[in-house]
Amino acid sequence: MKIVKVYGPGCKRCETTEAMVKDAAAKLGVVVSVEKVTDPRSIAVAGVMSTPGISVDGKLVHAGGLPDAARLEGWLST
Amino acid sequence: MTMGTNVAPERRGTPDWVWLAGVPVAAVVWWLVYDQLIPFSEWVTSLLPVARDSHTGEAIAFFVYDVPKVLLLLTGIVFVTGVLRSWFSPEKTRAILAGKREIWGYPLAALLGVLTPFCSCSSVPLFIGFVSAGIPLGVTFSFLVAGPMVGPVGLGLLYGLVGWEVATLYLAFGFTIATVAGWILGRMSLERYLQDWVRELNAGPTGGLLEERLTFVDRIKIGLEQVREIVGKVWIWVLVGIGIGAAIHGYVPEDVMLRIMGGEAWWSVPAAVVVGIPMYTNAAGVIPIVEALLGKGAAIGTTLAFMMSVIALSLPEMIILKQVLTLRLIAIFVAVVSAGILATGFLFNAIL
Repeated sequence: MKIVKVYGPGCKRCETTEAMVKDAAAKLGVVVSVEKVTDPRSIAVAGVMSTPGISVDGKLVHAGGLPDAARLEGWLST
Repeated sequence: MTMGTNVAPERRGTPDWVWLAGVPVAAVVWWLVYDQLIPFSEWVTSLLPVARDSHTGEAIAFFVYDVPKVLLLLTGIVFVTGVLRSWFSPEKTRAILAGKREIWGYPLAALLGVLTPFCSCSSVPLFIGFVSAGIPLGVTFSFLVAGPMVGPVGLGLLYGLVGWEVATLYLAFGFTIATVAGWILGRMSLERYLQDWVRELNAGPTGGLLEERLTFVDRIKIGLEQVREIVGKVWIWVLVGIGIGAAIHGYVPEDVMLRIMGGEAWWSVPAAVVVGIPMYTNAAGVIPIVEALLGKGAAIGTTLAFMMSVIALSLPEMIILKQVLTLRLIAIFVAVVSAGILATGFLFNAIL
């Protein structure tokens, strides 16, 4: 199971990102646990400066803006 | 792709050349439409059962002309800015600024504040990211002030609606305020007024993120995505702003305007700043109002002060920053930026 974290203070784009992650995982048949991180301190500690950010299994893969759907599938499938 | 006329090619969406050719085509269409706005607005106004030179006729003509004009300008500016900004990111900006401790850090931060894409909803992580990487507080403030205050949307609309002279003055002074306010705040050593937990954070993991390679088509798509998102979000503010502008243009008598916002009334500059702080809109919403005010003879310094205050000092932004700054630091920040805006307002009223 992959542990995906979506970093963001709770703006609309962060919610969209979370939904995109879940959709992509369902499409690929990958089991994921998606956690939303909204606390500014934790976001900062993770090294995210522009939200929404995404980490997969502890590795930061994306920051700033909605992720590209094709890239998102790439991160989830490796 | 060599194979498969009858096999569906792998779905990659629109081919690249369509995107690359679409941009110049869209630019030409944009220009043709933009060029027809005055005849269009006169025609629409002439359809309505009001006299063109009545108060209502003036207001309607202003509204009908400004709405498509501002929306067109906004779309064009946001697209171009979105494409240009795809070369910048907060992470890169931080890496550039982290090495600069000397005086050049302030104007550089102001410049990068204009170029770096960030929305106010991520100003807190951005602030922490900067400070924890050892970027001085003052330099961080220069960045945060310049971003909204001298944003391309505001400048572009000011250029399109009011003229290049005012736009240039605004650019020069907005940039100066961001630089000087950051420098003053930096000299005050205010680090102790950060919230405790921010001060205790040491440099977070930097450079953990692999850079995403983007093609030019990717950048075009980013620009379009920005248009969809920003125009979709601010159009309502634009309509409200133009509505207020139209009401001012049609109904407010010039002598009243001169008395309230004319150059003679010295108190009008501080009043404009105070009125502007709680007003929460963005550049696209406030500039039609600026256009109408100037058209009615409001003094330029007073009007610029009002505009800067609305855009650069916003209550919701301060509430967001409260998570990382103490109230005292926010107060000092507001005071320094207000002083810069006041100085700009008085200076312009005195020399123009």
